[in-house]
Amino acid sequence: MPNFQARVLVNLRPSVLDPAGEAARSAANRLGVKGISKLRIGKAIELVIEAPNEQEARKKVELLSDRLLANPVIEDWNFEIQSIK
Amino acid sequence: MSNTIGVVVFPGSNCDRDVAWAIEGCLGFKARYLWHESTDLTGLEAVILPGGFSYGDYLRCGAIARFAPVLESLLKFVNDGGKVLGICNGFQVLTELGLLPGALTRNSGLHFICDSVPLRVTSERTTWLKAYKIGELIELPIAHGEGRYQCSQETLFKLQDEDSIALRYCDNPNGSIYDIAGITNKQGNVFGLMPHPERAIDPVLGGLDGKLILKSLLGV
Repeated sequence: MPNFQARVLVNLRPSVLDPAGEAARSAANRLGVKGISKLRIGKAIELVIEAPNEQEARKKVELLSDRLLANPVIEDWNFEIQSIK
Repeated sequence: MSNTIGVVVFPGSNCDRDVAWAIEGCLGFKARYLWHESTDLTGLEAVILPGGFSYGDYLRCGAIARFAPVLESLLKFVNDGGKVLGICNGFQVLTELGLLPGALTRNSGLHFICDSVPLRVTSERTTWLKAYKIGELIELPIAHGEGRYQCSQETLFKLQDEDSIALRYCDNPNGSIYDIAGITNKQGNVFGLMPHPERAIDPVLGGLDGKLILKSLLGV
């Protein structure tokens, strides 16, 4: 069965305060990198999954993202996927 | 009545023994540890999800614990009207599980907070807090890094309409929306809170304000 490589990006929803992002932004300022108006920290999850075709692989990754990798109450998610030889 | 309270033990739970001591040593009830892989909840009057770092809090607090076999049984236990108390990490697990709305996120000040805080009892609808009066001030210890309660405005209005906001911080330590420290479900048999009632029950340690909350596990 073909394998697919997916990269799921999980980010806090825009309405949710990201104190870690704010702390990193102020550290960036102290580093001397000025002009950052927004810095939000999320997660990237890389996985390889077996599926008969890309459509099925997408379905699996969607379920995984919605039910486990992200908490839709506070987080948004999206992913990119490609088949691997 | 068996007087037995179940105490769920996940890998990484660290308040399970404190809770069992509070239940047995301080209240004279019986405690039964429930390993996360067990599914038998028969003979229990209530179940406590204790504080700690279930499964290392990997991914998100409570995110992995949500899939533990013991929690499948817990859903049925709750549907049958069983009482469930989630303390700290246990509260986080209850929100991940969907038994309580909202989510617990990183404290707004980023620091782990270990303190004793004043709280206001804001509902006496459920048996958990019926021994208190509305507006009554109590003091309980908190110890968390991710205790900032978050929910949508819609959910907040629903919580208010259903009188499900049980405890509010007097001096919000973590940025929780509407100063929320603890909520119940609509039915009233599930209660989740960030403060630790089991740490305010032994006279040797000081405060006793957690006693009535834990006593209400048996509907007393």
